[in-house]
Amino acid sequence: MLTLFLLLPATGAALLAITRRADEARAKWIALIFSSLAFALSVLIFVRFDPDIAGYQFVDRFTWINTHQSGFTVQYALGVDGLSAPMVLLTGLLSLASVLVSWRVELRPREYYAWLLLLESAVGGVFMSLDLIQFFLFWELELLPMYLLISIWGTGRKEYSAMKFVLFTIVGSAFMLVGFLVLGLAGGSFDIAVLTAQPPQQALVPLSLVFWAVMAAFLVKLPVVPFHTWLPDAHTDAPTAVSVLLAGVLLKMGGYGILRIALPILPGEARDFRVLLAAIAAVSVVYGAILTLQQRDLKRLIAYSSVSHMGYVLLGVATMGAVGLSGAALQMFTHGTITGLLFITVGLIYDRTHTRQLPELSGLLHRLPVLGTVTIVAGLAALGLPGLSGFVAEITVFLGALDAHPAATITSVFGVVLAAGYILWALQRVFTGPPAARWAQLTDATAWWERTVMAGMVLAIVAVGVYPALLTTAVESGVAPIAAIVGAG
Amino acid sequence: MSAWDQFHLIGPVVVLFGGAGALLTWDLVQPRRAPVLALALLTLAAAFGYTLWHALTGSAGTAFDGAVVMDRFALFFAFLLIAVAAAVTVAATEFARRSDNAAEFYALLLVATGAMVLLTQANDLVSVFIALETTAIAQFVLAGIGRDARSSEAGLKYLLTGAVSAAVLLYGFALLFGLAGTTALPGIAAYVAAGHEETRLALILAFVLVAAGLGFKMATAPFHAWVPDVYQGAPTPVTSFLAVASKAAAFAVVLRVFYAGLGGGGTIISHDWSALFAVVAGVSMTFGNTAAILQTDVKRLLAYSSIAQAGNIAVGLAAVAAGSTIGPSGVLFFLGTYTAANLGVFIAVIAVSERIGSDEMRDYAGLLRRSPWLASILVLCLLSLTGIPPTAGFLAKLYIFNGAVQAGEPWLVWLVVVAVLNTAVSAFYYLRWARTIVLDEPLEGTSITAALPVQGLLTLAAAGVLFFGLVPAPLISAAQRAAEALQ
Repeated sequence: MLTLFLLLPATGAALLAITRRADEARAKWIALIFSSLAFALSVLIFVRFDPDIAGYQFVDRFTWINTHQSGFTVQYALGVDGLSAPMVLLTGLLSLASVLVSWRVELRPREYYAWLLLLESAVGGVFMSLDLIQFFLFWELELLPMYLLISIWGTGRKEYSAMKFVLFTIVGSAFMLVGFLVLGLAGGSFDIAVLTAQPPQQALVPLSLVFWAVMAAFLVKLPVVPFHTWLPDAHTDAPTAVSVLLAGVLLKMGGYGILRIALPILPGEARDFRVLLAAIAAVSVVYGAILTLQQRDLKRLIAYSSVSHMGYVLLGVATMGAVGLSGAALQMFTHGTITGLLFITVGLIYDRTHTRQLPELSGLLHRLPVLGTVTIVAGLAALGLPGLSGFVAEITVFLGALDAHPAATITSVFGVVLAAGYILWALQRVFTGPPAARWAQLTDATAWWERTVMAGMVLAIVAVGVYPALLTTAVESGVAPIAAIVGAG
Repeated sequence: MSAWDQFHLIGPVVVLFGGAGALLTWDLVQPRRAPVLALALLTLAAAFGYTLWHALTGSAGTAFDGAVVMDRFALFFAFLLIAVAAAVTVAATEFARRSDNAAEFYALLLVATGAMVLLTQANDLVSVFIALETTAIAQFVLAGIGRDARSSEAGLKYLLTGAVSAAVLLYGFALLFGLAGTTALPGIAAYVAAGHEETRLALILAFVLVAAGLGFKMATAPFHAWVPDVYQGAPTPVTSFLAVASKAAAFAVVLRVFYAGLGGGGTIISHDWSALFAVVAGVSMTFGNTAAILQTDVKRLLAYSSIAQAGNIAVGLAAVAAGSTIGPSGVLFFLGTYTAANLGVFIAVIAVSERIGSDEMRDYAGLLRRSPWLASILVLCLLSLTGIPPTAGFLAKLYIFNGAVQAGEPWLVWLVVVAVLNTAVSAFYYLRWARTIVLDEPLEGTSITAALPVQGLLTLAAAGVLFFGLVPAPLISAAQRAAEALQ
């Protein structure tokens, strides 16, 4: 079933690759069909997932590479637990959303949708891999589609941003690979479950170095200050759909990697450095929020707010306790839906106004009631309004973190205050105020694809906000074993 | 063992030399009317068939008093080298048609290939040297066969540096002979294994000299100075042969001499030669990649990148020296996949330069629209050289780096750190080239079509790059059986 989830988008991409150029109009329908099927499958995986069963479920496993001598055995092994099942669901949801918001892409649509689908396969593979090498393979596989999607279909300094994204990721993952290889030797296997069950006690190089080598990739991806500079550039210049995926699922690869690999396999080192991690988290939250306050470009503003919001994920991680880790995992999911939706609405607004500069936008709510309302809902969710999903995640993080890192937590709470500031300020600038004559001709979101995608995302946000157990049961079952390992010392 | 049996063991070599002789004779009798291309391909096919016969009957053994050996290691490279020669032969069709010495070109190619196959079979310092020099002499002439000033310069440069390196190599061989009292590799292995502490320094000196002499062939720093000029100046088909076949043969002989001669870890000098190759690897990768960034001529770029790639393989050699059990097969796997990817790139470059007469990177702008199939394959092979999944190059680098870590030496972990960071640097220039092909606006709108056989070759290379990236098991097990033959 999990293999099918990877194969569906990949098949769609292959089908697009062999579609004749004359049939390009069909490209979006092929993409829609395959991403819908993948989404349906991700829902099925999430629903059929049983949080009461320990360990991984729906496992597909065979030996992919084997050498006569020991030392280089790589498995193809997929499985989900309470941590990855929501991530798979998120991938399915946002991939479908990104296909829908790309409905009007005219430039080389065949290739565009093919890369988008391939990206979905790669990210899905990261979330389901049970083998370090396979994890790394999918991690790297995501580079090429992203590079092309930004540099061909982006705007502005797109080639610079795309290359920056690739180089940041590849340098981070270079260290991660060395860390994985050392871990593989120390633990005698690349199997994540084996390594988690018996964390290596010593390796060729000090384990603290291994820890930071592995964390390098995750912290760049998350991203935290000071490795965040690729993010605003990539977001600003990427097409809407890619921004959605980037903020919605790609950043989560970083948080997921920390929870799945860094913490359970190197618990001792994670504990040793938890204060430092909390400090990095607090700096990211506050510094990211301060940077956000200064932005005049709506998309850049959301991009910087992601830096701040992903800081909460790291703060939750740094608690090394069940509550904080749950909060981190919840924050990943909710930030994925909320920020995904914000990028969607901003993209749709930009399609109409052709500007994202805050000073130029005013009173849009009069012209765009639907779009405006949805953006406001998403914005309120982002600042943590109770009843919406952002609140659930943030409060869980803070509850978990207050005991472990009081200073960092209190500092981070200022991030929430600042978030209220920049979000309300931006919403006010864009939607209220006198309706400018310049925007009198705008038409609201009326197309079926616009309404479908917004309705779906709002539903996800409200559902988790009102009834968090939808998500928390799964997430708690996923982080419990991790918390047991890392919290033991 | 009868003379026939002895020649049977080097049968493919005999076929290749014989074919070269026949080709030249025919051309002498009927100048310019001899079917040189057909004859060259026929010879290569016969040699390939002969190798296949050896492989199927499981031939093994030594001949000529142990000077040459037939084993799975030699077979692995015989297949590889003959396949490369066949690909270059086909890709060079248009070059040969324009040239007024096509017969000499193909004959020299066959001689060089035969000598390389012999080189991978050589089991004695004397036969190693003879095969190496035969290869080199054929390649000196090949590099200068273009007859323009640049090609002549390339040939001369190659000759001069080659001569110096041969002298250094010979000096090392002489020292080894003086120490071990034999030129046979098994004898030298026995001497090294006996652990004569008193001659350790002399032994190290001998192997440093041998490594320096062979470093010229492998194109590793600091013996790389000839590479950019020769690669750029030589006719592109010759460059591709030098970059792919010559390099593979060089690493084969290094593995044979160092691994069979010194064993894996555990001898008195295994740490020293591990350190030696580690330094060579680090310098080659860092220098090659840094210099490649600055290049605008694709042949020069490929020259520097091939120095860097040689550094990657040298990481594998350092792992072999440190006693990594999967080190040798890692080197072979890397060479196999590198051959496919590099050949794909070179064949595409040959095809493009035949059509537009330029090797400048900016002339590759928008190639995807001018020649979709060729450009896609070129990009795929570049991705493989970078090491991006799902291409075979990704697994090859992973295999070598993992082999180095598995050797269990902390300092090899640092070498791997250098290597992976170098991969990031190489991504910059490989992807920049790929970007030019995919994204930039074409300077001219005319489409470029390669000849059908060339398209077939490209497709084969791409198929290899993808197939071994997804299903590496066949190549891994072939590489392992070949590597086990050395122990």
